[in-house]
Amino acid sequence: MKYLDEYRDHRIALALAAEIVQRTTRPWVLMEICGGQTHTIMRYGIDELLPRGIEIVHGPGCPVCVTPLEIVDKAITLALRPEVILVSYGDMLRVPGSRSDLFRAKAQGADVRIAYSPIEAVKIAHSNPDRKVVFLAIGFETTAPANAMAAWQARYQGLTNFSMLVSHVLVPPAIRALMVSSSNRVQGFIAPGHVCTVMGCEEYEDLVRDFGVPIVVGGFEPVDILEAVLMLVRQLEARQLGTGEARLENQYVRSVSRQGNAPARQLIAEVFEIADQKWRGIGMIPRSGLRLRKEYAAFDADRVYDLCDLTVDEPAECISAQILQGLRKPTDCPAFGMRCTPENPLGAPMVSSEGACAAYYHYRRHVAAS
Amino acid sequence: MSAKTIVDTNFQLSCPVPLPAKDTILLGHGSGGKLSAELIRDIFLPAFQNPVLARLDDQAIVIVNGQRLAITTDSFVVKPLFFPGGDIGSLAVHGTVNDLAMGGATPLFLSAAFIIEEGFSMDELRRVVNSLRQAAAEAGVQVVTGDTKVVEKGKGDGLFINTTGIGLVPEGVDLSADRARPGDKVLLSGSIGDHGIAILAQREGLEFETEFKTKIQSDSAALHTLVAAMLGATRNIRCMRDPTRGGVSSTLNEIAERSRVGIELEESSLPIHEQVRGACELLGLDPLYVANEGKLIAIVAPESADAVLQAMRRHPLGAEAQIIGTVKKENAGLVTMRTPFGTSRIVDMLAGDQLPRIC
Repeated sequence: MKYLDEYRDHRIALALAAEIVQRTTRPWVLMEICGGQTHTIMRYGIDELLPRGIEIVHGPGCPVCVTPLEIVDKAITLALRPEVILVSYGDMLRVPGSRSDLFRAKAQGADVRIAYSPIEAVKIAHSNPDRKVVFLAIGFETTAPANAMAAWQARYQGLTNFSMLVSHVLVPPAIRALMVSSSNRVQGFIAPGHVCTVMGCEEYEDLVRDFGVPIVVGGFEPVDILEAVLMLVRQLEARQLGTGEARLENQYVRSVSRQGNAPARQLIAEVFEIADQKWRGIGMIPRSGLRLRKEYAAFDADRVYDLCDLTVDEPAECISAQILQGLRKPTDCPAFGMRCTPENPLGAPMVSSEGACAAYYHYRRHVAAS
Repeated sequence: MSAKTIVDTNFQLSCPVPLPAKDTILLGHGSGGKLSAELIRDIFLPAFQNPVLARLDDQAIVIVNGQRLAITTDSFVVKPLFFPGGDIGSLAVHGTVNDLAMGGATPLFLSAAFIIEEGFSMDELRRVVNSLRQAAAEAGVQVVTGDTKVVEKGKGDGLFINTTGIGLVPEGVDLSADRARPGDKVLLSGSIGDHGIAILAQREGLEFETEFKTKIQSDSAALHTLVAAMLGATRNIRCMRDPTRGGVSSTLNEIAERSRVGIELEESSLPIHEQVRGACELLGLDPLYVANEGKLIAIVAPESADAVLQAMRRHPLGAEAQIIGTVKKENAGLVTMRTPFGTSRIVDMLAGDQLPRIC
């Protein structure tokens, strides 16, 4: 398959790994932001190919993992109303809320449907005028254009039975929050290629300048990840020798341009505005999310259904906070693989296939055990 | 307030307590994954326990008047009823014939029970019955008894079919999921994921066309003649399974668990058609978990593996057969896979259905 096979070629990957070994003279802690990249690292065992000194820690870029518990609870509450059809991306259905999940709500009779695109939810609303359709609009900047398009289309079509329960998060404020945290260990970032495909790279230039941290925009295949690691190591080693400065580099040139996708950004800006946002496992981060603009209030499930009072205290059971900040690994958790498994998850990182805990559990627990 | 204060004071542990005990049936209980296995272990096995059932193979083998009789039953609830490469009628024959064949049995007789929703089109029913008749004739089995029930509109989903099959196991054939031994080879009869992706594409209205403008076809087929050809080459076959619901991964995990062995796959040896790979990439699915309806996995003693492979490749349904892995002593109960990078990963059994990823 073009654009995939060449980026999974083991000869190229092993040559890159050998160059990383050769270039690395001291330990470095690197973080990949996106859950899709975590998935690739675990699936292909990329961390096994790296020298011992390179530690890869996993970032907060799993949209399912960072969606606050109360959003799941709100979705379940809405889904259980007889007039509501709740439409969601597939992997939100198994995420536990405080008492239940959407699969269980479905078993209790809730009309919960999986969609590949939010536009399907708009179509469902159009063909079910006697029902209320709520789309669970979550994700990073990657899902924002499609979610914005759904709201825009609903408004354009004059639909009165469509709304979105929005929990949108943004990557750059999360990196900023990690960098200013006193416990930060990360010395270089692999930025999420698909987020940058939409948003461009400019915000990451600001982060490099403000914190002097190297950032490489990376793709999602094994060769992408290894090349991004090599680019970071080159920068870090050069800086150590006083022969270079932290820079923003783009490894994922086949997809990412500096400006990003202008029509998509324009649509996001038209429909959404930046807002403070709570991240599950991390907490409130200022100006790190998106909410619907007031022109779209009629499509905002939070306003339409008056759900604002529903807040949930989350008991401190697992170490997902440290995992999502790259402070600890899933295998450091005493509950990992024992009390916390994909069938009985204690936290969201064990639920989504992009979650770091699930990636370790599904792909690598035999290595972890030995 | 500075970002630093916010982060340091508000970074909090936040995870829910586990959900309460499972008190309702979820769709995942029918996925062929861990939830299905739990349901069988907790509800069905304790109720009916006996040594025949305890083998947990695709078919029961009972002895009647000195003859080894294989019995199996399967219900078909596929949507859509008609799909590229088959329909619910042909599938109802192939599924049950294959469950008999995986025990090495020669399939002989089928029953067919129809649960039909009020308002269902008579013409569609005729097409399904005709297809079932034709598939049975091609497989050389007779439908010798049946049943019809009609449920009120809204109380069924168009049409469900159950078929039960009976066959005879030839002398000297003993296949069971608990017979895999370290050193055995894992053989797969052809490309994986075709059925599941054909159904998904049809159901969701997704078109995955090649440059030749052909649709992905279900691989639905009766495998008993392929099995006969393999058993003709050697009786040194330990176990056969058809990787239907839950795909190759669930089937191999069951064998690893029942035989208390590890199974190590070689990623580069897995036959996967280009269109299926493309569709899986696009939808965020792993072909190892996608259903097949015309493929089999055989665990074969190492000295006989090549002979069986050649016999498979001479049969039209095994033309793309491959040795995909080896049974190991290490990692008992787990299926692992060597990647082309020389690293190893687990091929886990899923809890429920495979969920498309968000992005």
